[in-house]
Amino acid sequence: MPDAEEAQRTRVGLDRDYVRDVFRAMLKARLLENKLSSLYKAGKIVGGVYLGKGQEAVSASLGASLVKGRDIFAPLIRDQAGRTAFGEPLIDCTRTYLGSVLGPMKGRDGNIHRGRPQEGMPAMISHLGAAVSVVGGMLMARRMKGEIAGTVGATCVGDGATSTGAFHEGVNMIAVEQLPMVIVVSNNQFAYSTPTERQFACEDLLDRARGYGLGGHAVDGTDVLACAEVVGKAVRMARDGAGPQMVVANLLRLSGHGEHDDASYVPGELRGSHLGRDCLENGIAQLIADGFSTAKEIEDWKAAFTDEVQAAVAQAQQEPTPDPWHEDWRACSSEPATGEDSP
Amino acid sequence: MSVTYVDAILQAQEKLLRDDPRVFLYGQDISKFGGAFKATKGLADEFPGRVLDSPISEDAMIGMAVGAAIEGMRPIVEMQFADFSSIAFNQIVNQAATHFYRTGVPVPITVRLPSGGTPGSGPFHSQSMEAIYSHYPGLVVVTPATVSDAYSMLLDAVALDDPVVYCEHKFLYRWLKAPRINGDGLPIGKARITRPGKHATVVAYSAMVHEAVRAADRLKEEGGWEIEVVDLRTVKPLDIDTVLASVARTGRLLALGEAFPWGGVTAEVVARVCADGFHLLDAPPRRLNSRDTPVPYHPKLWAAHRPTPESICIALRELLSF
Repeated sequence: MPDAEEAQRTRVGLDRDYVRDVFRAMLKARLLENKLSSLYKAGKIVGGVYLGKGQEAVSASLGASLVKGRDIFAPLIRDQAGRTAFGEPLIDCTRTYLGSVLGPMKGRDGNIHRGRPQEGMPAMISHLGAAVSVVGGMLMARRMKGEIAGTVGATCVGDGATSTGAFHEGVNMIAVEQLPMVIVVSNNQFAYSTPTERQFACEDLLDRARGYGLGGHAVDGTDVLACAEVVGKAVRMARDGAGPQMVVANLLRLSGHGEHDDASYVPGELRGSHLGRDCLENGIAQLIADGFSTAKEIEDWKAAFTDEVQAAVAQAQQEPTPDPWHEDWRACSSEPATGEDSP
Repeated sequence: MSVTYVDAILQAQEKLLRDDPRVFLYGQDISKFGGAFKATKGLADEFPGRVLDSPISEDAMIGMAVGAAIEGMRPIVEMQFADFSSIAFNQIVNQAATHFYRTGVPVPITVRLPSGGTPGSGPFHSQSMEAIYSHYPGLVVVTPATVSDAYSMLLDAVALDDPVVYCEHKFLYRWLKAPRINGDGLPIGKARITRPGKHATVVAYSAMVHEAVRAADRLKEEGGWEIEVVDLRTVKPLDIDTVLASVARTGRLLALGEAFPWGGVTAEVVARVCADGFHLLDAPPRRLNSRDTPVPYHPKLWAAHRPTPESICIALRELLSF
């Protein structure tokens, strides 16, 4: 497509396949999450549903910039797009949400608390900021084993997580160790219902990057091409030895904290502002305008991904749920002398 | 030549670093400085890049260790004082302890907690945290009371695939000496009969084992009482079989600990003996712990805050006279 080639040159260094990967992951994640939302409302989900609507651009840009099998990615609750771009199969998601025993957490943990740590994707705990030091430790291990070259570790947080002690300790530690790590802060204006003015008093969260000694990058989280460019650059810098990087993406969460939350606390004028733009809708326009794709191709992707989502949901729904009588109820992997320690 | 308790910890770490390339040490002031208690003295020079100073960030220290363990390492984290592990509590009980159950991937970290009171240390450098961590599924909690156990249980802790909280008693660091390290091969999870007896059982752990033995010696002199002392060695999992076997011999139980009195290891021991061995008891079981205040600073107050041979003897006399 000559038009696309032409348009691509308007953005220096933005690889066509990479941008298309970012967008495809965003689209697939949105379709999956729309389905999860419907399933939640129909009472088919075990536990809560937490969506990344409005945050897909920055999340997918991170996931698509990382290489599964070499890099480390610790997603948080709004990173379905990043997970998909990184290479997490959809079935891991649907199994975990729908309570299939065949999922990576076997019903022992649910929804977004899933991962495959041995494949470079730690499973998040609910305590915010706690993954920063864990990814740091994974990178420390790689360094001690002489396997760090070319590796990047990354994690995502929201504006709320930047207020935790764990975040501060972790970011400071990775800076002291000069680890090849990228922290993506999605400033989505609300931590659950708490607005940013009750969360922090610095002018811009990006100032924190400088305070910690990290490279800092601001990006408009509603702009897919900008996210692809800025996040891609931050990952490249970390990979090339420029030390840890922080990306702050400004955007608005376009859903509630979870699907139980109607987000009525978000003022209408904010929803109608630039921050409230839907990065996916915006991305469709951008991809078409800049020749990365066509309306027809995007429709085709949409149809294919809808089928893929449907298949992943149907498969998980047909699978067995955990059986308490076959659960081994063991929290330790080894058996210190006396064996099972149940009173 | 003799070996102190802290020497044993140092030597165990030296052996681990020498024998196992997966092992590294992380903690505050542990590198060139050798640690607040010199438990890592000289190791940074001997093993460059493997004995690392951390920032004063207990949460990140444990998070880092968990990450390294996921990647196949065997980190040993030194908390400068057990008390400061409260800052790392979240990473220990929510990240490390849940990891195997949630993901199927074990995290073999060892967290060294310099524990317990010493005169003049006060409320924030004296705590015993074993009960807190034992409460959580997914952790192994050990409390060595002897020089040889300090050595062998640290080796065993690192060998274990699960997170181990290794509570080392600061009072024993230099006071407790042995001619040499001479282990009896007891694994983690097995208690030891430190002193055999037949009239009453004292179940103790960590530094309180030595106070129990002193009290037992006095009662032997005083009235010919033969007090059996059981050293739990590991508080999670609890070797209740050895405890019950002892109570079966003596019919009387005193559970002794230095930690605060509400709940905790002594309560667990009494509860299990009552539940599983009520018929073995000839007297109501007793507990003796510290007083229910923060650990006081002044040596006179401190000495009366924790159980002493005197208070242990009083408790045992009451137990024996029932």
